[in-house]
Amino acid sequence: MPTHAPAILVLEDGRSFTGEAFGAPGETFGEAVFNTGMTGYQETLTDPSYHRQVVVMTAPHVGNTGINDEDPESRRIWVAGYVVRDPARVPSSWRSRRTLDEELREQGVVGISGVDTRALTRHLRERGAMRVGISTTESDPTALLERVRASAEMTGLELADEVTTQEAYVVPAQGGKRFTVAALDLGIKTMTPLRMAERGIEVHVLPATSTLDDVLAVEPDGLFYSNGPGDPAATTQQVEVLQGALERDLPYFGICFGNQLFGRALGFDTYKLTYGHRGINQPVMDRTTGKVEVTAHNHGFAVDAPLEGSTTTAYGDATVSHVCLNDDVVEGLELRDTDGSLKSFSVQYHPEAAAGPHDAAYLFDRFVDLMADRSTDTKGA
Amino acid sequence: MPKRTDISSVLVIGSGPIVIGQAAEFDYSGTQACRVLREEGLRVVLVNSNPATIMTDPEFADATYVEPITPEFVEKVIAKERPDALLATLGGQTALNTAMALDRDGVLEKYGVELIGANIEAIDRGENRQVFKKIVEDLGGESARSVICHSMEDCLAAVDQLGYPVVVRPSFTMGGTGSGMAYDETDLHRIAGAGLDASPTTEVLLEESILGWKEYELEVMRDTADNVVIICSIENLDPMGVHTGDSITVAPAMTLTDREYQKMRDLAIGIIRSVGVDTGGCNIQYAVNPADGRLVVIEMNPRVSRSSALASKATGFPIAKIAAKVAIGYTLDEIPNDITTRPDGHSTPASFEPTLDYVVVKVPRFAFEKFPGADPVLTTHMKSVGEAMAIGRSFTEALQKALRSLESPNAVFDWHQEWVELDKAAILESIRTPHDGRLREVMDAIRAGATPEEIFDATGIDPWFLDQLALINEVATEVTEADELTPGLLRRAKRHGFSDAQIGKIRGMSADVVRGVRHALGIRPVYKTVDTCAAEFAAATPYHYSSYDEETEVAPRETPAVIILGSGPNRIGQGIEFDYSCVHASLALGKGEGGAGYETVMVNCNPETVSTDYDTSDRLYFEPLTLEDVLEVVHAEQAAGPVAGVICQLGGQTPLSLAQGLARAGVPVVGTSPDAIDLAEERGAFGRVLAEAGLTAPKHGTATSYPEAQRIAGEIGYPVLVRPSYVLGGRGMEIVYGDEALETYLEKYVAAGLISREAPVLVDRFLDDAVEIDVDALFDGEELFLGGVMEHIEEAGIHSGDSSCALPPITLGAHEIARIREATEAIARGVGVLGLLNIQFALGSDILYVLEANPRASRTVPFVSKATATPLAKAAARIMLGESIAELRGAGLLPATGDGGTLPADQPIAVKEAVMPFNRFRTPDGAQVDTVLGPEMKSTGEVMGFDRDFGTAFAKSQAAAFGPLPTEGRIFVSMANRDKRSMIFPVKVLADLGFEILATAGTAEVLRRNGVAATVVRKHFEGTGPDGEKTTVQLILDGEVQMVVNTPYGAGEGHARLDGYEIRTAAIRANVPCITTVQGLGAAVQGIEAARRGDIGVRSLQEWASR
Repeated sequence: MPTHAPAILVLEDGRSFTGEAFGAPGETFGEAVFNTGMTGYQETLTDPSYHRQVVVMTAPHVGNTGINDEDPESRRIWVAGYVVRDPARVPSSWRSRRTLDEELREQGVVGISGVDTRALTRHLRERGAMRVGISTTESDPTALLERVRASAEMTGLELADEVTTQEAYVVPAQGGKRFTVAALDLGIKTMTPLRMAERGIEVHVLPATSTLDDVLAVEPDGLFYSNGPGDPAATTQQVEVLQGALERDLPYFGICFGNQLFGRALGFDTYKLTYGHRGINQPVMDRTTGKVEVTAHNHGFAVDAPLEGSTTTAYGDATVSHVCLNDDVVEGLELRDTDGSLKSFSVQYHPEAAAGPHDAAYLFDRFVDLMADRSTDTKGA
Repeated sequence: MPKRTDISSVLVIGSGPIVIGQAAEFDYSGTQACRVLREEGLRVVLVNSNPATIMTDPEFADATYVEPITPEFVEKVIAKERPDALLATLGGQTALNTAMALDRDGVLEKYGVELIGANIEAIDRGENRQVFKKIVEDLGGESARSVICHSMEDCLAAVDQLGYPVVVRPSFTMGGTGSGMAYDETDLHRIAGAGLDASPTTEVLLEESILGWKEYELEVMRDTADNVVIICSIENLDPMGVHTGDSITVAPAMTLTDREYQKMRDLAIGIIRSVGVDTGGCNIQYAVNPADGRLVVIEMNPRVSRSSALASKATGFPIAKIAAKVAIGYTLDEIPNDITTRPDGHSTPASFEPTLDYVVVKVPRFAFEKFPGADPVLTTHMKSVGEAMAIGRSFTEALQKALRSLESPNAVFDWHQEWVELDKAAILESIRTPHDGRLREVMDAIRAGATPEEIFDATGIDPWFLDQLALINEVATEVTEADELTPGLLRRAKRHGFSDAQIGKIRGMSADVVRGVRHALGIRPVYKTVDTCAAEFAAATPYHYSSYDEETEVAPRETPAVIILGSGPNRIGQGIEFDYSCVHASLALGKGEGGAGYETVMVNCNPETVSTDYDTSDRLYFEPLTLEDVLEVVHAEQAAGPVAGVICQLGGQTPLSLAQGLARAGVPVVGTSPDAIDLAEERGAFGRVLAEAGLTAPKHGTATSYPEAQRIAGEIGYPVLVRPSYVLGGRGMEIVYGDEALETYLEKYVAAGLISREAPVLVDRFLDDAVEIDVDALFDGEELFLGGVMEHIEEAGIHSGDSSCALPPITLGAHEIARIREATEAIARGVGVLGLLNIQFALGSDILYVLEANPRASRTVPFVSKATATPLAKAAARIMLGESIAELRGAGLLPATGDGGTLPADQPIAVKEAVMPFNRFRTPDGAQVDTVLGPEMKSTGEVMGFDRDFGTAFAKSQAAAFGPLPTEGRIFVSMANRDKRSMIFPVKVLADLGFEILATAGTAEVLRRNGVAATVVRKHFEGTGPDGEKTTVQLILDGEVQMVVNTPYGAGEGHARLDGYEIRTAAIRANVPCITTVQGLGAAVQGIEAARRGDIGVRSLQEWASR
């Protein structure tokens, strides 16, 4: 049960909030971002893309369903700090094993509760994501502010190495193997390889530092890049690996960070959004079908590509396939041959959901179709 | 996909009178739809028999038909208007059933009318339980195990398979009419029998019991491009077994993991596609077994529902408006989200799912006190008459705000009572059965030391909710035990939703003192915004709610504001009519066309209304209507800019009762002054006003004991009308014919604590045979504008809200109207009215008695406004802000000359008829409650019949309220002795028209002596005859009688009195018109004559206006 011990939260522009300690006692720093999902806090906490970020939950009641053993999206909690308004004292779910507070304490995650999270969210919306500190040990906001300003900024950070698997592992295909995919773990979520495995894909999850040779060594039908934390502009090695794969016409599918690296491989720039997209209610239009899907987002950076027309690249013609209807941010890229056939694609959001709606699950089918088409082509050639 | 170009006119069907299960929410949705369709350049044709709706204001449609919503009348409208399309998904089950009947009868095909929104096949798939179950199964979902039955034999066989208890659900009934839980065979006979009767397809479904499971709802929206979004999730605090309309519900769902939520979402999307709701909204209900998470789909509504209105208000996503847009071809991504639309026009699209950073709680309001004998146990059969919604930043805050929004002293948690040793076992037993007030008993159980496990076992309420209740109790304990009310503790209590009054009670001080301390400490609420997106985008729509949090979002303004106080939850006696007046005030005072240019600010807590649409006023505060909450809103608005005044006289008794407190706190209350309001309510002072004006009130006196009352009754003579001093909607009012009944009455009300030295019983002379007259008028301090003079069809003694009336009056001449005008003006001047005034008069033996004067908008304002095409509430609002009647005449808001007392000779007759909820209530042993009308109001809604002559207008009003009057067949007549003389002529007319007259022996005898042949039928208590001759009741139930005329017998008439009860309830069950007054019989005869002439046509309000 949360204590009534005081805690403070200080933003790098000096605005501060007081609240009560929640989770582990101590002090933590990170980039303050807000998440608007009303369900799925357990998935959010364990999403590696939130590494080094302090997550503000806009939903006021958090922890109502406790913590279960089935829903984590990785081996640990990644958020650097957790800001909630009203944490549950008693969880309620037939699957719950322990409380959120216990879990945060056990994993040493510092949090704060009782904060006007809406005021904080509005501040971040207007001023942009920024550094933040939470402390249960410091009572002087000015002192904490100094330490916030001394902490690392997200821009320019390369973080994949900190979250990736150390060893390669295989997620076996379910119901008969159809394809092999090399999946670079830049912060991959548990659900992603499962969604592929359900479709007959044997997924070889490889560390972020893998080389093109490492990728080719599993004899993949396709290459996959996962989501992950950090600034895509600070990443070079994985971009080069991807370019190598594209040169070899290996079908590619990227999610989130994998979309940004795909953009960079195609010669586009990336940029930091003011406050990003983090939630499970974002409308995205698939421009190839005109259909709108409600999708899960977690990104602070985006690809800067022209929304209309196609861009000729060394690997084919690149177009923007998906856009966010809220703000016209690029949400997907496609690479096509000169004959118009699909070669590779990526999306900025999360078709694996977890948490979030399943509207975009068709993208895994699209990947399967792509590999099927390409293998027929290869065989035909 | 842009708007369809092949539709240029649309017929919209409304939901008719307010009844339990189908209330003001459909005016809200219908109004939104009409507005949208007109904005899109379509010709809108509307049919709705309910005059108290905003949607039937002539400016919301091109052709507004205030006509009965029956297939016959709607066909006439179609034949005349030839619309391209019919939109029936926004008018509740009434509109949907009418559309299905029109399709079945080939009317839609004949006139080439396309059903848009949901097509017939989809409606069928959604409502046919077997088909729906198959759809759910095909999607990989589960339904409760069930068997469909068409007879009692089927039912008995099904139970062998399912076991008791079983849920009985009749097909195609509204609001769960006829459903129930059968625990044994007796129950089954009773509930399934009634259900088979109630179902238009004689079909009931028996289903495995999922009693006690968690209950959820999703609101879903789909467009022509097959984009589907979930607007809102709702979780019921009361688990399965209580109709969702009677449950405390919470949005968003509080106790679902994402995995379970997404499973529901996937099923919802699959269902809306498979059922084939092409465009628009639907609502899907689920149950979850708390032990293992087994999820079953319960049902779907292929239309906009009560929950849709709640979801719209809860999220800021206007479901009906969007449903109307997608129905005419737009896709969701083409429709902007109003809430996030910036001044530069950029907005996010409607193709998203709202996310909430607050908690919404809806609580039902019941009216069991109005129906003595009615079983207050909550079942799958909806019984509540209204609801309140509250928004807070936490569940505890929202819940406590919602409870105090109900305006019932028994609704809020109360720790004040001297600690009595609460009997834990007794409380646990009591909360096992759901009933009104159970939540308070759950709190008592917590106080009595029951464990969460014990309470969960007794109620099935989710442990998370129980812990929240425990948290509220802990805070109350802290407040109780603290040495002093520290700022920290006070803030903590406010954050959990405690009112100043609650804190004051606990600490033994007044709410005013707590408020004073709180303000001195600077502890005030902030106002957050409902923005659909949890602050991700800037919101342009000031839809606010209070919370004890840090940062407020009320924007500064320069234009002076007028704050309009709404009417709170619907209840019997205070419903949609008052919301109508509040909305009109907002329109008349606002910045729109023809408005006075103020910023209008609405305060209300009723999610079913048009007033709580964020589009209606410039600013909306979704807040309880208590002095504390209103004072804080006023404070926030005064901080934002100038406030010209607060309007208290349009929302009924709720805001009126706040006027004095607001004035004392220095708030500028505009219109009739709070002192004048008090004057009208205080008998002595009002008596002096009457005396000065030379007006007469019926003889009366006040008493606090039986001997006193008996003495007064002796002086003024029986019958007398008795009532407690402070009553609403005629609560506790009775007509007493003798000493014995008077003694019983006093015993009952003294024991109930309703009669005391401070609140004596009022004893009035009851005016037999007097004509009752209702007047609505405007007064600006100088000039009187007589809005309308309504003549009641029933004699005095029936509550004005329950009696039918005609406007213009059918039997009053110019001389009487002149007397009424004079009296009205004298009272208006004497009281000091500024704005609206309603007076009830009685005219007996050529004496005009003043029964009651209310210096506020009355229930009849919308009816009068509609019948005379004069916007009384709009004019009243402008008068309150300083304009004169002369100026309003000049501005065209009021007619240039004349008023409602000088209507032209060709003025059509409007008849208002009340609609009763009797079929909703049963006694605990399953019998119907009595249907007799009296001085205590019981109706939930009203309809208007409008035509050239009284007979036709009356016939229309009956068709709209109960179903058409018969034109042939058998009429059963049974009259009380005092009525026998007056019935002869009308019954003779019926016999001459060819009806067969059935009567009880006494009535038949009188008729025979007057040359009317009547067949004598057996009385109920005599039972079936030796040769199987049926009793009256059996004949009615078997459908062999087409109309019943039965006036209630006096106490001395023995068996006949009980028989009357059985006869009337049988008529209700068999859905046969039942007339209970001699005057009603006269009107019915005229109506039947009009119907038999067969020339009843339809005419829109616009046509009447341009006649």
